[in-house]
Amino acid sequence: MAYHSFLLEPISCHAWNKDRTQIALCPNDHEVHIYKKDGTKWNKIHELKEHNGQVTGIDWAPDSNRIVTCGADRNAYVWTLKEGAWKPTLVILRINRAARCVKWSPRENKFAVGSGSRLISICYFEQENDWWVCKHIKKPIRSTILSLDWHPNNVLLAAGSCDFKCRVFSAYIKEVEEKPGPTAWGSKMPFGEMLFESGGSVAADQTLVGGGGWVHSVCFSHSGNRLVWTSHDSTVSVAEGGKTGTVNSLSSETLPLLCVTFITENSIVAAGHDCYPVLFVYDGAKGSLTFGGKLDVPKQAAQKGISARERFQNLDRRASETQGTEKDLNSLHKNSISQISVLEGGRNQCTKFCTTGMDGGMGLWDVKTLESAMKNLKIV
Amino acid sequence: MAKNTDSARFRKVDVDEYDENKFVDEEEGGENQSGPTRLKWTLCSDNILQTRTPRYLCLSRCFFERAELLVVRVLSSFKSGDIEKAVGSLDKAGVDLLMKYIYRGFEKPSDNSSAVLLQWHEKALAVGGVGSIVRVLTARKTV
Repeated sequence: MAYHSFLLEPISCHAWNKDRTQIALCPNDHEVHIYKKDGTKWNKIHELKEHNGQVTGIDWAPDSNRIVTCGADRNAYVWTLKEGAWKPTLVILRINRAARCVKWSPRENKFAVGSGSRLISICYFEQENDWWVCKHIKKPIRSTILSLDWHPNNVLLAAGSCDFKCRVFSAYIKEVEEKPGPTAWGSKMPFGEMLFESGGSVAADQTLVGGGGWVHSVCFSHSGNRLVWTSHDSTVSVAEGGKTGTVNSLSSETLPLLCVTFITENSIVAAGHDCYPVLFVYDGAKGSLTFGGKLDVPKQAAQKGISARERFQNLDRRASETQGTEKDLNSLHKNSISQISVLEGGRNQCTKFCTTGMDGGMGLWDVKTLESAMKNLKIV
Repeated sequence: MAKNTDSARFRKVDVDEYDENKFVDEEEGGENQSGPTRLKWTLCSDNILQTRTPRYLCLSRCFFERAELLVVRVLSSFKSGDIEKAVGSLDKAGVDLLMKYIYRGFEKPSDNSSAVLLQWHEKALAVGGVGSIVRVLTARKTV
């Protein structure tokens, strides 16, 4: 596991290029900085200054090498590399609130922007007019869209929103693609059609499951048949396409999780305000979600004997003579983790993933090392 | 004079018995049951009150206030040693509901209630973790 501290301010969002040698991140202001890996050091090679407000989302298309950024100034820009410099193209989103998240579709011919205007803008390039056009998905979204994720078929889009629901929409644009075939989520997919909405299922004698907090992050599995989302009421929920009504959630004992991703078809890694990633295992046959373990190996502090002076100090500060080790932060990140991205292996056989957080640092995690370092950890 | 030939049974009904404020009295009669089962029973009944009774039918806030007072009384009457067992017998949803009532009880402290509630809070936190407190804060259906 490696940790590199980029800044003192939080990293608002980040994106990697195709061969993982460059990372674009926003240092909590109006700019995007691109760093290039040079041995063990990271050098800043580009500064992208065009936004007038904080940049809230960055996504880097691996094949076409374009970066899309969206910001609190209600704009999105598509950046292309020309003669060694990144040139922006404005995309008119027609929103009147800040944009919150942006994602390229798997085939990179369109991207989706979630915003505070309670709608999703799907933007595609129109050849005749040589500019980016956008279409809106409005119903039945009632609040800010916090997170987006595309299905591998390039048409379905999962959106997590502040109205406590996670939904799957169809973002089929007939100008840029052919009709998609049927999927586990449905077969009729006109633009804007909602194929799934969470929060509708109520178990027999329990309170509303999987609903009750803002949906911070959503993620499709590699096959697209499973959808995981984390919510502000400290729950993680998984839904499977085709099995309507069954949403399996786990109320975790940790603070809310802010980001989530699949690392295999059955294993989920999520991270959030507790500053360390955690593993969840989903059993498709039983339909159950279980807590797999904490993925942070704290450095074991040598247990020295406590001197009399330390005893009195502890008594003075904490009213107890023992050292309160559980209060200290033993994790790699020293502040909440806000974004997680898969580096190698894709979402079905992930071998490395990266987390960035509010401490301005980036953690690189190796799945094999974690598996061997922690006993009882099984990544199925 | 004409005689009233309709049924006069309704005159024998004591309407005050069915006053909704008095409804709580029936539950107080259940205090003779043993500790953990009684807690589960009361929590279950509260849960039923919440989920099965449509909220617009709960005529007034006093309905919930009665429930809160009752729960605080039940929690205070437990022996310190039994608290852990009682918390252990609850499932996840039960622990979340218990946390909600504990925090409700904190809002309106009375004589000794805070000390007892703190003991309950400690035990419930050990089982439910910080997540259960987050669920109290983010819950849409308040107790």
